[in-house]
Amino acid sequence: MNKPRHHLLSVLVENKAGVLARVASLFARRGYNIFSLAVAPTDDARFSRISIVVDVESSPLEQVIAQLDKLINVVQISELHPAEAREAELLLVTVSVDADRRAQVIQLAGVFGASVIDVGIDALTVMLAGQPTALDDFENVIASYGIVELQRTGRVALPRLGASRGTSVAGLSAVAN
Amino acid sequence: MQLTGAQALVKSLETQGVEVMFGLPGGAILPVYDPIIDSSIRHILARHEQGAGHMAEGYAHVTGRPGVAIVTSGPGATNIVTSLCDAYMDSIPIVVITGQVATAAIGTDAFQEADITGITMGVTKHNWLVTNAADIPRIVAEAFHVATTGRPGPVLVDVPKDVSLQMMEWYWPDSLDMPGYRPPSKPEPALIADAAELILAARRPVIYAGGGVIKSSGSPALARLAELTGIPVVTTLMARGALPDSHPLCLGMPGMHGNYTAVTAMQQADLLIALGSRFDDRVTGKVSAFAPHAKVIHVDIDKAEIGKVRRPEVGIVADARLATEALISALEPRTVTGELRSDRLEDWMGQLRRWQERFPLAYDSPAESEASGASGRLPLLKPQFVIETLRASTPDDTILVSGVGQHQMWASQHWRFEHPNSWVNSGGLGTMGFSVPAAIGAKVGRPDAMVWAVDGDGCFQMTAQELVTASAERIPVKVAILNNAYLGMVRQWQHMFYEERYSEVYLSADLPDYVGWAESMGCVGLKVETPEEVGPAIEKANQIDDRPVVIDFRTDSMEQVYPMVPAGASNDDIVVHPSQASRLAAS
Repeated sequence: MNKPRHHLLSVLVENKAGVLARVASLFARRGYNIFSLAVAPTDDARFSRISIVVDVESSPLEQVIAQLDKLINVVQISELHPAEAREAELLLVTVSVDADRRAQVIQLAGVFGASVIDVGIDALTVMLAGQPTALDDFENVIASYGIVELQRTGRVALPRLGASRGTSVAGLSAVAN
Repeated sequence: MQLTGAQALVKSLETQGVEVMFGLPGGAILPVYDPIIDSSIRHILARHEQGAGHMAEGYAHVTGRPGVAIVTSGPGATNIVTSLCDAYMDSIPIVVITGQVATAAIGTDAFQEADITGITMGVTKHNWLVTNAADIPRIVAEAFHVATTGRPGPVLVDVPKDVSLQMMEWYWPDSLDMPGYRPPSKPEPALIADAAELILAARRPVIYAGGGVIKSSGSPALARLAELTGIPVVTTLMARGALPDSHPLCLGMPGMHGNYTAVTAMQQADLLIALGSRFDDRVTGKVSAFAPHAKVIHVDIDKAEIGKVRRPEVGIVADARLATEALISALEPRTVTGELRSDRLEDWMGQLRRWQERFPLAYDSPAESEASGASGRLPLLKPQFVIETLRASTPDDTILVSGVGQHQMWASQHWRFEHPNSWVNSGGLGTMGFSVPAAIGAKVGRPDAMVWAVDGDGCFQMTAQELVTASAERIPVKVAILNNAYLGMVRQWQHMFYEERYSEVYLSADLPDYVGWAESMGCVGLKVETPEEVGPAIEKANQIDDRPVVIDFRTDSMEQVYPMVPAGASNDDIVVHPSQASRLAAS
């Protein structure tokens, strides 16, 4: 089995001004590539969670984690293996459609469990939330209809229930609160 | 007690035990300078903010306590970025306070506005923008904690002018809430046990001591470990003095301009015990060819250093002193079993001694230079001779400070370091102009010790104005300029690698007039041109204790730093002094 090129790091940070800039500037100056990044506050307003998909061909993952852990505002870093995590991502796509193809696109969206969230004279905007691989498949299929614009959020993830709570690779095993 | 933010800032620094700060006022920091008048903290007025930063570094280098600098917003803040980066590369604890434009003006391109927290994100261990005067005591406490614990480093606290003027109720935090900051300290016992086994099995081991030994006050432990195991020690540029040069197990400096024995011992080693060192490119040369037979034990307090350059067999994230002491405890019982018998390294030590005899540090006497075809030139001073004479003429505990370039390498090679914290230089960043301000900071931190700066003429011209600070503040530092009229190290590379095409490296020995310049800055200025004058001039300088002294030593511009490992080459391809080259071919 090939080693995966991308790794998902779930990074718990203090919810303070400038923390995202610190993380992003660390990646930039150390030459690490970010494949995708999503950030939002957690249920505890003191902390935010940054989900970073790292391109590990640019440098060894352990070095990325060790450098990230040196940031004072980074509280905990977990590496989430796909097999032990529930990953999700959101996709919005605007597709150009004429009268003939409008029904086809709506039907296709239904097959993937996507919903139509905007309807124009010659275009539809469709939203799909789900596993990143499902989004990849949908994107490939819908591309043939002519994509006007497409936006994905980058993936977020939590450990699978019943699996270990992710691999805490740096920081506290649990945040005291 | 109600205080302004500015008063709270000064009181916080006093509470932290700050005795001295180096700075230069300006608009945005004005409110903070007012309570400084009434403070117990001595303020030393630098002539340039970079100077203030290097003074804080010099102070921290020799005292082990954090240096403090305070400057204004905009250009004041950007001028100190070089000092921050220097301190970041060499893990020097300094706390820099910057003024900032008022909160409402931030982001408007206001007069003297610079996004200094953004600019310094990559060259500080952490930085803070204060948005509320009530946060000041907590942030100052956090800043000192971060600067001085774990791997030490620079921090910056940016204080907008309106925050300095806000009122707040004074407090001092009982504890710090920093859930993301957990500096390691003690080594993992299982890893110490693994390391001990590697040490016992090794037959060609070398201890590779770095700056972390000095920063952790680990020198006594290092000496004990070396003596217990009989293992020789190389001391990197940042660790000169960590083990006395006079110690029989001290091999001196490794690396690009290290001595043959230190470099080659690492290349031939079967075990490297890296203590607080980071496998810097100036030490390893070509990494893939570095110490090819060696297993590696790597102790560093920064986890990110373990495996960054070289993957160790045993990586220990810990304070260098604590790890060294743990190794001693693990190994001491093994003396009873005979596993640490002193003769087990006999062959290795014999080899090292033969290298030391065949390839000592060498330079031509002036007479030899002339005999080898350079006749017609004035008999110029050899820079190495000046340093050796300086060492012989100064007290054992003299603090030596250097800039960056050839003179720095000669200083590190030819000085005899006997104590930790007695050598102050810019290792990682290689900041020309470091020595004069750093020497001033060192003398402020250690007024009891004699402080000599060995500087190059190129370096001296970058920050010499701080001698005005030294004269005004009665800080009697002494500066030996090795004046070879060139940017010498650049010239050396052009000599060796650019077919002697000397592009933009000539500076002139007489422009500026160093003696006149020194005198104009309130120093005693002396000029030395012959070997006979060297000793008397140094003696004269040593007698002067009420003002700075500058000696302009006219040195030979043809002199190169040997040995040298060319950049990117393997350490096996070390170039020794020409007089030893035939021995190298024969060995």
